[in-house]
Amino acid sequence: MKPILEAIDVRKAYAAHVALSGVSLSIPEGSIFGLLGPNGAGKTSLIRIITQITAADEGEIRFRGERLNPSHIAQIGYLPEERGLYKKMKVGEQLLYLAQLRGLTRSDATQRIKQWLNRFEIKEWANKNVEDLSKGMQQKVQFIATVMHQPSLIILDEPFSGFDPINANLIKDEILELRKQGATIIFSTHRMESVEELCDSIALINRSRKVLDGPVGLIRDQFKTNTYAVEGKGKLIVVHPDFEVVEQTERENGHFYARVQLHAGVRPNDLLRYLINNVEVDSFRELIPSINEIFIRRVRETMPETLVEETV
Amino acid sequence: MASKFLLVAQREYLTRVRKKAFIVLTLAVPLLIAAFGAFMFQIAKSDDSTDVVEVRDESGLNIASRLVSTPQLTFVPAAGALAEAKKGFQKAKHDGLLYLPAGLDVEKPDNVQFYGKGNISLKKQLAVESALNKAFSDLKMQKSGLSQDQLDRLRSKVSLKTISLDDTGKEADSNALATSGTAYVLALAIYLFIFIYGVQIMRGVGEEKSSRIMEVMLSSVKPFDLMMGKIVGIAAVGLTQFLMWGLLSFGASSVLLPLLASAGKDKPKTEVAATTNTNATPMDQQSGEASSAGEKFDQNVSQQANPANAAGRFNVFATLGNLPIGTILFGFIIYFLGGYLLYGALFGAVGAAVDDQTDTQQFMFPITMPLILSYIVGLSVILRNPDGPVAFWMSMIPFTSPIAMVIRLPFGVPMWQLALSIFLLILGFIGTVWVAARIYRVGVLMYGKKVTYKELGKWMFYKG
Repeated sequence: MKPILEAIDVRKAYAAHVALSGVSLSIPEGSIFGLLGPNGAGKTSLIRIITQITAADEGEIRFRGERLNPSHIAQIGYLPEERGLYKKMKVGEQLLYLAQLRGLTRSDATQRIKQWLNRFEIKEWANKNVEDLSKGMQQKVQFIATVMHQPSLIILDEPFSGFDPINANLIKDEILELRKQGATIIFSTHRMESVEELCDSIALINRSRKVLDGPVGLIRDQFKTNTYAVEGKGKLIVVHPDFEVVEQTERENGHFYARVQLHAGVRPNDLLRYLINNVEVDSFRELIPSINEIFIRRVRETMPETLVEETV
Repeated sequence: MASKFLLVAQREYLTRVRKKAFIVLTLAVPLLIAAFGAFMFQIAKSDDSTDVVEVRDESGLNIASRLVSTPQLTFVPAAGALAEAKKGFQKAKHDGLLYLPAGLDVEKPDNVQFYGKGNISLKKQLAVESALNKAFSDLKMQKSGLSQDQLDRLRSKVSLKTISLDDTGKEADSNALATSGTAYVLALAIYLFIFIYGVQIMRGVGEEKSSRIMEVMLSSVKPFDLMMGKIVGIAAVGLTQFLMWGLLSFGASSVLLPLLASAGKDKPKTEVAATTNTNATPMDQQSGEASSAGEKFDQNVSQQANPANAAGRFNVFATLGNLPIGTILFGFIIYFLGGYLLYGALFGAVGAAVDDQTDTQQFMFPITMPLILSYIVGLSVILRNPDGPVAFWMSMIPFTSPIAMVIRLPFGVPMWQLALSIFLLILGFIGTVWVAARIYRVGVLMYGKKVTYKELGKWMFYKG
């Protein structure tokens, strides 16, 4: 897929610290992209460069192959981590104002606001002041403000922090719907588990550097350890030429739980065949590493000195 | 980009103008001003009113005919003897009764008596005493051989007419009161405007910061546009408010004042006229030479009462007309806008630099200092010596010139100084906006950090 956004060796330093030291990324059009890493890794710095709030010291951002410039602002929707609304403004007026700043005409904006308010069933709130809204309502308004101008790139920084579970699900559904319509979405979060099932591709950032990126499936395959979880009745022998039992715990009535790692070249069916012959199998599944685990492993390999305090 | 700046300015303007507080304040202040004006008018009127004092002269020295009435104090003959007169003046609603008893010693007139209603004010006492002193000295001079005619010529009423010479030697009526008054009003307008609306800019930025809308805004608007949009929008709010205040005050005053004037003005006037007409007869009976002196008495009352007063007022208006109106107006607009933009940018930067409104104090001080200083020094030193070195330097420094220069304007300022000052103001304005924009750009996204001056200094040099 053609990338909608490319970052090429982007560097950014503040007075006291380096925020980004040579980060390169490619974000495929129409995908959901996870920009993941602990707090302070440089995610927000990168986003602020993409949204043109600040500029990179060195390096380049390309939007659909063009060098990033102010004309792209209208094609980007941004929901910052520090998000808010003008408290003393009416919901409708506020959305109209933000939409016009994003380049929509007054009449277009009015029409879309009506659609979105209907869709979220908050039509009757259009003439209320923002300060009279519940937090959940405000979150809906913020989300509408982010996507109202139909941006082709939507950037959500820590999107689910502060959202209640119902709103979080609503937003997830909307995001999937927007992708279906062709939009590209960037999720930026330090809570990797909250987005890993949504993301098509990810980039892991730690201490101003990219440690890993690519499609989630490929990364998972790359970090697969050929480990399987087995539950059953009986007892597994610990050493075998084909595999190694990493862990085995006994449960009541002679049941057990075990993690089994296959040696290179051994296929899962070989293990299954052995299991069927020796124990009664209750369940058998592959243990897929979570993004979090991959992150920690990767950081341990590439920049072990940072791991002590960065453990997520 | 320009349209975004306008959108921001428009929002700032509309949200403020539609607030209830704005509407209430806009309507209430003119009413207060009009009420205050009416109050002042009443005080001035009561001050203006003429005290009417009845005179019972039994001294045989014909002092009564020598008492000269002034606009503030009119002497009329009392009806009948002392006991009768004591009741009479109260019944006639006159303000006092002066009794010159028989056998008064010209050299040592120490038993003249004055009866008044309730307590007698010092002002009234002094006025009566001064009239008596004059009467006695007239009497004594006449006794030593001067004729009435010579006496009249001896006494002259001096009123200073001040004339200012400009560079070309052209003469113009100058009236320190009108000039200083104009300077004062202009300076106050600029001072108040900068303060009231500068603080609004600071609050507005603080609100955007604390409501966390800032980053959303910055992803679509450049920080500079956002800051200038706010400053210009709030300026428009201020101008609207000042304009409404001006119009409504003028409207309210032009309704209220004539009402008050017609209600109270006629009474004392007619009374004076009535008494002066009737007083000839009893006065004639007092002494032989009274007939001519009595007429003099009348003339004194009628002649001296009004023209001096009217001429005085005319002078103030004449001077107002002679002030360099064009220059004042042009200068006022330049310094009003320039000063506001310069300080507005700084107030905006302070709002951006701090998280919490309570932290603004330490940064407010250096901003408000030159403003307060130029106001205080301006109204003391510069007003007294508008061409002195303090006036010159303060009207050159951009932080003090908006107030210092408008104080000097009515007194006349050399063209080169005005041009230099405006040039420096524009430079200062560009400089402060540049500095403020940098502080603003970094500050608006800075949370949870206690900002110091050193920190602000670093922000200037952040890239992009």
